[in-house]
Amino acid sequence: MKKIINGIVFENPILVGMLGLCSTLAVTNKFENAYVMGICVLVVLVLSNFIISIIKKLVPENVRIPVYILIISTLVTIIEILLQKYVKNIYNVLGIYLPLIVVNCIILGRALQVASKEKVIPSVLDAIGVGLGYTFVLMIVSLFREILGSNTLTLMDNISSLTGYKAIYKIFPSNDILPINLFSKEAGAFLTLGLLIALAKYIGGKHESN
Amino acid sequence: MNLISLFMTSLLTENIVLTKFLGLCPFFGNSSKEKTAISMGICVTLITILSSIITYFIYNFILVPTNTTYLKTLMLILVIASLVQLLILIIKNKYKKIYKSLGIYLSLITTNCAVMGVVLLGINNNYNFIETVVYSLGSSLGFMLVLYVFSTIRERLKNVPKCFQGIPIALVIASIMALIFERYIGI
Repeated sequence: MKKIINGIVFENPILVGMLGLCSTLAVTNKFENAYVMGICVLVVLVLSNFIISIIKKLVPENVRIPVYILIISTLVTIIEILLQKYVKNIYNVLGIYLPLIVVNCIILGRALQVASKEKVIPSVLDAIGVGLGYTFVLMIVSLFREILGSNTLTLMDNISSLTGYKAIYKIFPSNDILPINLFSKEAGAFLTLGLLIALAKYIGGKHESN
Repeated sequence: MNLISLFMTSLLTENIVLTKFLGLCPFFGNSSKEKTAISMGICVTLITILSSIITYFIYNFILVPTNTTYLKTLMLILVIASLVQLLILIIKNKYKKIYKSLGIYLSLITTNCAVMGVVLLGINNNYNFIETVVYSLGSSLGFMLVLYVFSTIRERLKNVPKCFQGIPIALVIASIMALIFERYIGI
């Protein structure tokens, strides 16, 4: 339990580690895309840490990185095929950012730092924590961006072929509040994440001085 | 004419750093000095063009005829990683001086999503061979351009509030730059 909370708060991959920024910025224009992406990364992270911590003694030191990258890209390919079959719409929306999970520094970083040293259970727990931390940040960023940028909250739209119903809410029903278009654009993504990291640093700095 | 517009779009309006969010790690990590920004840019340009040429042939003449296009992620990462290793070996043995200044950046490129992203976008947009080369050239030059501009801004930054130092202020600058680059659509 302590390990999971550690991954979410103190070792948060985005806010503290500054890793995996590409996907954080790219898929957070809608709440739905953000949590689907988060779940994909979480699954790949847990499975890769699990496999790598099992085979860590079989892999020689000097071919570690290529072997790990192959394992990760195989897992990503499996996820790609599954999403393409069952939820085609979300596969199209995520586009190139789904195969780009392979080069997401969080997964390779955790494989090298944790899974290649620790036993199976601690490394899986660590993966769950870090994956959840990544998902939470993605959800927070997308929450701000979608509500401010388009005045909606999409819980289920493209994955409705899997769950069976749609859920898109309007946050401010009256028409006199106009959405700020900037936040659904690329510039808004940079701005939101920048302010969020600054806030995290501010809170972290206060925590340390106490 | 079409090729020129493709080049300009990939260079400015659809800049991979500011509109596709690719290659952000070197963008924030190494771009505090002008000189390293250019070295990094040259490395990325070289690798992107070479790997998009190689993967174009592998994808269209091996994966498509044998109906195994789902293997493209695996194929791409293998090609890029081995290409980077090969380039490091060649430069290390032949051009020791260049290796000394570029060495670290070269090995970082394997996990740079700019290279893989550009190659993937080229495949997804169904570009033909010449278009692929032009697109990858434009995108990677765009990467270099933004990296250089960004590093010059960063060198002049002083008196940043404590909690904004490092990545947060970089993100805010990137946001302003994205707004500016968006305006190039009119040209």
